Formats: sequence, C-alpha cells, structure tokens
Amino acid sequence: MPGPAIELRNVSLSFDAKRVLNNVSFALGRGETLFLLGVTGSGKSVLLKVMLGLLKPDDGQVLIDGQDVVPFSEEQLQPVRRRMGIVFQEGALFDSLSVFENVAYRLREEHLADDASLEQQVREVLRFVEMEAAIEKSPSELSGGMRRRVAIARTIISNPAIMLYDSPTGGLDPVTCLTINVLIAKMRDLQHVTSVVVTQRLQDAYELVNSVYSQEKQTLVPVNGASGSRPVTRFLMLRDAEVYFQGNEQEFTHSTDAYVQKFLA
Amino acid sequence: MIGAMITGALKRWVLAVQEFTYLLSNSLRYAFKSPRYLADTLLQMDVIGFGSLPIVILIGFFTGGVLALQSYRTLSTFGETGLLGKVVALSLVLELGPVLTALMVAGRNSSGIASEIGSMVVSEQVDAMRALGTDPMRKLVVPRLIGTVATLPLLTILADFSGMLGGYFVSYYTVRLTTEEYWTTAYQSLTFQDVTQGLLKPFFFAVIISLVGCFQGLHTTGGTEGVGRATTRAMVVASVLIVVVDFFITKFLIGIGFF
Repeated sequence: MPGPAIELRNVSLSFDAKRVLNNVSFALGRGETLFLLGVTGSGKSVLLKVMLGLLKPDDGQVLIDGQDVVPFSEEQLQPVRRRMGIVFQEGALFDSLSVFENVAYRLREEHLADDASLEQQVREVLRFVEMEAAIEKSPSELSGGMRRRVAIARTIISNPAIMLYDSPTGGLDPVTCLTINVLIAKMRDLQHVTSVVVTQRLQDAYELVNSVYSQEKQTLVPVNGASGSRPVTRFLMLRDAEVYFQGNEQEFTHSTDAYVQKFLA
Repeated sequence: MIGAMITGALKRWVLAVQEFTYLLSNSLRYAFKSPRYLADTLLQMDVIGFGSLPIVILIGFFTGGVLALQSYRTLSTFGETGLLGKVVALSLVLELGPVLTALMVAGRNSSGIASEIGSMVVSEQVDAMRALGTDPMRKLVVPRLIGTVATLPLLTILADFSGMLGGYFVSYYTVRLTTEEYWTTAYQSLTFQDVTQGLLKPFFFAVIISLVGCFQGLHTTGGTEGVGRATTRAMVVASVLIVVVDFFITKFLIGIGFF
C-alpha cells in the first residue's frame, strides 16, 4: 500500500515575530484532491509554497512521496519539483517570454525535447487548455483567465503527479471559472493527479466534488450520472495559522461549528 | 525602546551583509559552472554595455573638456599650460574615467536590474522559476554579473578616450595648444601602473553594480511600492560603495608600492 503523496507533520513557520503556520499536519493520498479554505491571510498560499520547498518551515516535516524535503538544498529539491506543479494566483507568467516560450520553458531548461517535438508538445498542451490560438501572444495581451490557463499549460507540460493551485478562479467571471474547474477535473480524472486547491469560492469546490470530467461530452457531468467512482476529496480549513477543520465533504457539509457554518452560508 | 530599535537595525544590517556575502560567493562560484545561460548573458552585455555607450561617451567627453578648462586656470599661473595633456590623461585614466563610468552605469543599470528582478519577485515570477526547476541565481544573477564585468572595463576605456578627446578640443580651440603638445604629454605621462590601476577598478565596480542591483531586486517586498524603494536603494547603495571601494583600492595599491 503506497503512502500519502503529500504529508505535513507539525509544520510551523514565522515571518519575523508573526506566526503564519502553527503546528499544521495533514496527509493527502495519491489521486486525492484537497481544498484549502480560510480567510485572507490565514496562511493558505504560504502552505502551498512550503509543500513545494519554496519556503522552509521553522519546525516540522514536509513529506513528498514519503521523503522529507525540509533538509533538502535547492539542487536536491529539483527532482522533487519535477514531480510537482504550481499555478500561482495571477499565473506568474514570464513577461519577457511569449506564450509559446512560457509553456516550453521547462522542456527547454531540461533539454527534454528537440525543436520539432517541442512545438508539437506545446501545441498539444495549449489545445488541452483551449489556448492554442494565443501561442504567439505575449502575456500582457492575455486576460486574467487566459493567463491562468496558460499557467496551467506551462505546469502540466511535464506531466506532474501533484498539482498545487493557488486561488485559480479568484477574481474571474463564472464562465472562465467553469473553464478552469473543467481543467482541474480533467487533470484529476484523466491523469489521476493529486491536487491541492486553495480557494475562496466554495461553489467551485462543490462543483469539483460533485462532478467528474466526461471525455465524451468534453465537460463536467454530475457524479451520479457518470460511470466512474466519486473522486476522493478532503477539506482543510486554516484559521489564524492553525488547522481549524479537516475532513471529507460530508463532514464539512454537516459540520455544526459556527465558524465553518459561516463559510457554508 | 531606543536600545531595541538600535539592536533591530544592527541585526538587519548584519543579516543584509550576510545575505550579500552569500549572493557574492554563490554567483562567483556559479559563474564558472554549468548550466550557462549564454543567450541571457549576451542580452545583458547588450543592455548594460551597448545601452550605456552614448551616456558614457558624452559624460567622458564633457568631463575631459571641463577638466582641461579648469586645469588651464591653475597651470597658467605657473606658466605650465603645456602639461594640460598630462593632467587630463592622468586624472581621467586613474580616477574620473573608472569612477564616473561606474556611477553612470550604476544609475542606469543597478536600478534597472533591481526594478526588473523586483517586479519578477512581487509578481511571483521568481517563485515560478524556482518551481519550474531553475535556480534564479544562475538564470538571473550570473548573466547580469558576467554582462557587467565584461562590458564595464570596455566602457571605461571608451570614456577615458572620449574624455581625452574632450580635453584635446578645449586645449586646441581655447588654450591654443598644438595637437602634438597635447597628445605627446598625455601619452608620455601614462605609465603601465596607471593604466593597470585604471582598468583594475572597473572589475570591482562591475561586481558592485550588478550584485547590488540583484540583491535589492531579490529582496523586494511590499508590491509595486517596494519595487520603487528597491530601485532607489540599489542606485544609492551602488554609488556609495563605488566611491568607498575606489578609495580603498587606491589606498591598497599605494600601500603595496604599486606606484
């Protein structure tokens, strides 16, 4: 029985005198999806960066595929990061590069493809996020939703086993939110990617909990109507740098806690 | 209260020195190791070197000119106007050429580097770069370091020559010195040690310009406002360090009997 894809054990982190994570622990199995909830400033984005080794915790262990990555140097972290991908809040595309160069970045850096197959792979992954038409554009010419879709393409080109999404639908219109959710579900259901999704929008979380991606219809369909099994989803809520709640969608939905109820309202 | 503030300021200063030393040692180490970002390095050489060419030549020319005008006033009281070429050449090659060129490039590029990298930091592009498996030290810092180290000595040579040309025009048209008089004294006054010193300093200044810019950029906090602060700080710190380091290099060279 393989262990969890991501496991955090008693992780704490402070910036100067301010505690941003306090004794955070959780485990997420392979192919599972975790929704990270909490008010602004509760430490959600910091937690994603800790998982990826972009920030080092003061205390605790961060296990990726059973390996504690906290003591790792930047060089030792590179193979771990190759198995992971992150989509930042605003996409964090490289302004000086075109959409093609942004998406091709990782393959070029690691010399993983020659020029001919590189273009083919970039076009394929841009088609996956429905952004092939923008291949020659620069990031400044794209809207917020388009930037995030390109950021997803840039991340998934190397087929990561773990995806981290930092507020992927924040500030977007409902139609674009649906497009992003379809992409997250597509990665989860077709490639069985382990996902951690930071979100402020509970309706997005429920959409992903109650739907699966249908290859036939090329969109999300209700779980009950689909032939596959229900995706395994967990919820984790941070409050004042600590884990306030964690459990599955049933436990979350039926929680009687007043603070959790505020989110559900 | 005041004691705590002083302690806090000292701690921040010591931490900044420690982090700058780390940046300096690592970037020097990575400069000789692969992966090498040749295209980025050539781009930086173009931006820093070729891009600074007009201002460096212009500043050099007028500095040489004004130096000739001012020196003429002093030399004429001793009847030694024939030494004008020597005064201009020595002042330019030893001090004014390297220092003014470095200050110009610091104003233009140290701040430019800080704002470019700072913008990347606040928009999470540097984090994205790390997440995609690239070390920002190798991709962002080393090409800027090599680009500056390779071009600043060349810019200094051009600034020196342009300054001597400015001094010549003033000497020829205002002071009525002959071409031979000016260039012969200028040429004969320069020793091997003078030229070596003048070309040694830009290497140190280039390290200061590039790494102060990178350091301030990589430590940017506080959004777009923070980028503005980092830009100003990069220019001020680089300029002050250039003048201070210039003094100590000169003192060291005199101390070891280089002249």
